[in-house]
Amino acid sequence: MRPAIRTALALLAGDAQADRSVPPTGFTARLTLFTAAAMALLTVFALSLSLAAGRLATRWSDDLAQTATLRISAPAEQMDAQTAAALEVLRTTPGVATARALTQEEEQALLTPWFGPDLPLGTLPVPKLIEITEEGRGIDATGLRARLQAEVPGAVLDDHTRWREPLVAAAGRLRGLGALAIVLIGASTAAMITLAAQSALSANAQVIRVLRLVGARDAYIARAFVRRFTLRALTGAAAGTLAGAVLVALLPGGSDEARGVLTGIGFSGGDWLWLPLIPPLAAAVAFAATRGAARRMLERQS
Amino acid sequence: MIELRDVAYSYGGGELFSGLSLSLAPGSFHFLTGPSGAGKTTLLKLCYGDLVPTSGEVALWDEATTGMARDGLALNRRRIGVVHQDCQFLDHLPLRDNVALPLTVAGRHHEAEAYLPDLLAWVGLSRHADRRPPELSGGERQRAALARAVIMSPEVIIADEPTGNIDWDMSQRLLALLVELNRMGKAVLVATHDMNLIRSAKAQVAVRTLRLKDRQLIAAGAEL
Repeated sequence: MRPAIRTALALLAGDAQADRSVPPTGFTARLTLFTAAAMALLTVFALSLSLAAGRLATRWSDDLAQTATLRISAPAEQMDAQTAAALEVLRTTPGVATARALTQEEEQALLTPWFGPDLPLGTLPVPKLIEITEEGRGIDATGLRARLQAEVPGAVLDDHTRWREPLVAAAGRLRGLGALAIVLIGASTAAMITLAAQSALSANAQVIRVLRLVGARDAYIARAFVRRFTLRALTGAAAGTLAGAVLVALLPGGSDEARGVLTGIGFSGGDWLWLPLIPPLAAAVAFAATRGAARRMLERQS
Repeated sequence: MIELRDVAYSYGGGELFSGLSLSLAPGSFHFLTGPSGAGKTTLLKLCYGDLVPTSGEVALWDEATTGMARDGLALNRRRIGVVHQDCQFLDHLPLRDNVALPLTVAGRHHEAEAYLPDLLAWVGLSRHADRRPPELSGGERQRAALARAVIMSPEVIIADEPTGNIDWDMSQRLLALLVELNRMGKAVLVATHDMNLIRSAKAQVAVRTLRLKDRQLIAAGAEL
């Protein structure tokens, strides 16, 4: 068994007699429990926001990545011919699953939000739109543009790259911000637990003096404090994680069509597996923080 | 076992004592006397490594305390039983756990049950095993401190004014315990103001009396 695992197991198993050497301190116990619970709750929220943002951006990106739009701007008498030529080009283009010209009613529906339902579409030089659905590895946009330029001069291909790239970048930043928030929460937890441990060690200076008088080694004294704070952090973080999970689960959702940034916050599927990691991580932070504080304090008091 | 060689100790800018040498051999019995503030407690703390000398050397079993690792010092302390003037207990624990504390910190708490009944009977505290230190009288605390000091069967017993807060009968009882330990081969060093205690001890065992005066340690047997 690796020494680190052995140490952790020995710490959790504890030594009842050694634990009793240090009197329970109510204030630091409550502070540690509260801090660990609050920070675990915030971690759950940060995690859910980060995962949801990443999920949403990925979905948008995937949706746009599988579609492209061809816009044909041509004189009215050439519109049908260029549309047919474009459809023919698309029919023989690798990576195109379907290509379909939008009907006049569909174009009308697209423009209605801006111009209202009474727009006389037939009398206006509105471009013709062809909706392309891709398959496999998608289309070679550069090659397709070259062919269209030669055979359909009025066609402009929009493969949605200019929409997709900012979304992917935003998703990366959101994930980064979520990770940063979790790191900051961990650092704050460590700082609070360090303060609580220092307070407990100072309050027990006389106990430490007596333990040293009878031959206690630093590791023995530190272990009594470290174990206590680690278990408190584990307990508090478990409660905070559970509360956070319940609150996130109770957040109102939306239909698939209506799911946006706010209604999509939460965990889905494997995301829930992140939550059981929070209490052990909080305990690990408390372990390191208390051990560091104890070592420094014992060094000073020697 | 414990050697002080040309030791000086300064405190708050002033020198408390200097050029001090002392050797605690197995089976020896020393009393340390001197006026208040002469540095008796400091000298005892140097003997069990709680302080390090400003100059000179204090060696515990041939290892200098200056620069000694804290773990090494802790292991040496298990060979020295200390009875403090103010006893210093863990007030939240019952007497039995306080007396067994040296065994507990050494990872030998399981041995406590074998020693505790006899030890508590020896110091006359069997009935108080479950009481907490603040509930005990001064004499009871002193005897409890002595029981704690000897539970690991240390090679040296160091006591700082062990009879300072107790009556004559109780001090005689405590002295009898120290004499008994000395006859078992333990080295004993007792700091005290109580000349009657020293006289009483001299009647029972060979003791050497040292006096801290004018920053020097001198033999003081003649004046007693």
